[in-house]
Amino acid sequence: MKTKTMYIKGMLAKYAMYIAFVILIIVLSVVSPVFLTSTNVINILRQISVIGIMAVGMTFVIATGGIDLSVGAIMALAGVISTSLVKGESTTPLMVSLLAGLLVGIMCGAFSGFFISRLQVPEFIATLATMTITRGFCYVYTNGRPITGFRDDYKIIGTGSVGIIPIPVLIFTVIVLLGVFFLNFTQFGRHVLAVGGNEKAAIVSGINAARVKFTCYIISGITSATAGIVLAARTQTGQPVAGEGFELDAITAVVIGGASLSGGSGNVLGSVVGMLIIGVMTNGLDLLNVSSYYQKVIKGAIILIAVLSDRAKKK
Amino acid sequence: MGYKMEKHAEYIVEMKNCRKVFPGVVAVNDVSLCLKRGEVHALIGENGAGKSTIMKILAGILPLDGGEILYEGEPFQPKNPMQVLQKGISMIHQELDLIPEMTVWENIYSGQEKKRILGIIDRKAMISETKELFKDLEININPCVKIKTLSVAQMQMVTIVKAIAFNAEVIIMDEPTSAITDREVAQLFEVIDKLKKQNKAIIYISHKMDEIFKIADMITVMRDGSHIATKKASELSREDVIRLMVGRELSNLYTKDGEKSEEYNPEEIMMEVRGLTKYGQFKDISFELRKGEILGVSGLMGAGRTEVMETIFGLRKADEGSICIRGKEVKIKNPYTAIANGLAFVSEDRKLYGLNLKGTIKTNISMAYLKMLLIGRLVVNIGKEKKIVDDLMKQLKVKATSRETIVNNLSGGNQQKVIIAKWLMGEPDIFIMDEPTRGIDVGAKAEIYKIMDTLAKRGKSIIMISSEMPELLGMSDRVIVMHEGKITGKLAREECNQEILMTCSVGGNVNEN
Repeated sequence: MKTKTMYIKGMLAKYAMYIAFVILIIVLSVVSPVFLTSTNVINILRQISVIGIMAVGMTFVIATGGIDLSVGAIMALAGVISTSLVKGESTTPLMVSLLAGLLVGIMCGAFSGFFISRLQVPEFIATLATMTITRGFCYVYTNGRPITGFRDDYKIIGTGSVGIIPIPVLIFTVIVLLGVFFLNFTQFGRHVLAVGGNEKAAIVSGINAARVKFTCYIISGITSATAGIVLAARTQTGQPVAGEGFELDAITAVVIGGASLSGGSGNVLGSVVGMLIIGVMTNGLDLLNVSSYYQKVIKGAIILIAVLSDRAKKK
Repeated sequence: MGYKMEKHAEYIVEMKNCRKVFPGVVAVNDVSLCLKRGEVHALIGENGAGKSTIMKILAGILPLDGGEILYEGEPFQPKNPMQVLQKGISMIHQELDLIPEMTVWENIYSGQEKKRILGIIDRKAMISETKELFKDLEININPCVKIKTLSVAQMQMVTIVKAIAFNAEVIIMDEPTSAITDREVAQLFEVIDKLKKQNKAIIYISHKMDEIFKIADMITVMRDGSHIATKKASELSREDVIRLMVGRELSNLYTKDGEKSEEYNPEEIMMEVRGLTKYGQFKDISFELRKGEILGVSGLMGAGRTEVMETIFGLRKADEGSICIRGKEVKIKNPYTAIANGLAFVSEDRKLYGLNLKGTIKTNISMAYLKMLLIGRLVVNIGKEKKIVDDLMKQLKVKATSRETIVNNLSGGNQQKVIIAKWLMGEPDIFIMDEPTRGIDVGAKAEIYKIMDTLAKRGKSIIMISSEMPELLGMSDRVIVMHEGKITGKLAREECNQEILMTCSVGGNVNEN
């Protein structure tokens, strides 16, 4: 008998986050008639897609036991460089502009990854440096002024929709699916979790841990650049200050999603739910006219609750 | 000595009908244990028998789920390690919890620093009292050196002294000899003897029969979380204890009984190491490994055995020397190339180099040869993975609820089986096993030996580093002995005995050629 109640307790703890999410939705749909309307749901999804895209890459980095502080700055640089290429009467093909943006992400990720995996610079320091350097380049490149007046074909990425689904949400979905696929179903994903779980044991098992880590920072760079492009297109400006502080939001989503900052765990769907909890909560509080000042307080509390319930789960 | 009983209860600690439940398992069920002053009480049982669990309850690390504990006849509720420590019960863990960057005396007094006015640390007093404590036990360690400069055995002594500095009346030792040499064991026993004379009660958890019969007054055997027997050591024989532990007759621990395995072919050389040298660690190591043989590697701790094997496996870089596998010279730069050349490495430190403790049995087993499970070049064939993992778990008798069990929750023996299963998956030709049965109970040991024997019979070659003489003598076809980075003896099975191995281990050379 006792083992049965324990089993139930275990299951409850395991799915605590999902249960909390469902309860949150039920409560909000009762107190606010607008909450469950399709416009509002789509609105929430659109709002979370930018940081959600970044959180997918961040999940890989955190699964190796690392951290990436440079994602917000990479977003901005990818945004300003890609938008500058399609400004006004420019005839540069859209593809070239997008690839340039992604290339920025790859290069920044490779830069952090090189110092971390080859020169053993601590992840926090290496990505802090990358963040600062990248942000600096944003200002140098734009002279500190936002880039506006670029072509409509670029803007569609942020403002268009297929049926009722906004394009940012579609991009987010595709990236989540790719993330789930790579982390859960490929050799690379297994290697990521092995390196994060015990790097030395992974090396003894013949895994090239340095390369795995390097690749994760490139993945994070790519997702950040993608998020940067989506954000620039949605706001119709390439802001050199874009994404300031977003790195912490992405980390928050991953942590609420159940990943351990010491590595070895993490799953993309968890991070998505983490993102959804934040998004739904923010939206609900907006609908209930709670001031955004209080929202921050509540968000902080959620992080603590999420981590504590995660620890209870492991006991 | 033992005559000041009048004021005390007969037993210093009485644990009555203790019970501990973890999710899904009853770890300790209705176990009672009584402890007298001036007595060494050995607690033995296979891994997973619940002996560490019950001691962790007494030490205040785990809460008690049922039953009661009396301390000097009074009810006692262990709440946390600090409260238990102050009460006079001290546990010395397998993983010694000292702070490497601090000195010996700082460690001994950490948590109860002596202070003068204004809370200023009284350094002098603590150093001189440390010296005093060392003198009492005839331990020769400088109190002012940093812990990281000490050997494992010395660290253990420091931990014991720390317990005494906390006025411990009951000292729990969890497998204290698992990482120290025979000579150091003798020293430890002298210290334990002195503690006995000081009328301390000692609980001694171990797997090693020799030690237990040398040191214990009372023996309690546990199996599967239950109390099996408590008897005077003098009333039990080694066979009795083994029978009680495993609940079955264990006729022959070492499956290898002198006869050569079928594929053992003295002519066919699997691997040849020539003049392998790493400056400052080992010099001019040459040996060959034949197909289907178990090559024992003997030597004392610090002889360089692990370093040589890690170099062969590509974890360290050699300065000189060459390695040939199946007659071809190979360049092993890292574990990846070592594995590609058919090598496998079961490390001495399971938790550090062997396992992803956060991962499941499945992901641990498939870690090294995931390549074999791929569809195309990318995707893991999860169906095939499950099947192979289940097969290996069955083959090696890994005891766990499912392949999704987190490895951290397994016993040492099962963890070791998971590591062997990992390598077995890729059918490597050469297994390097560094202390393959360290910290594993008798039952699991016998199973590991059986696995090794089967592998050798299938034509695999095994290098087995071991510090346990009976294991070396029982399992090896040949033995090489190392001393201070050099090979000091190469012996065939027939020429081996404990004396010769020991002579070589301390530097005497019996190979006159």
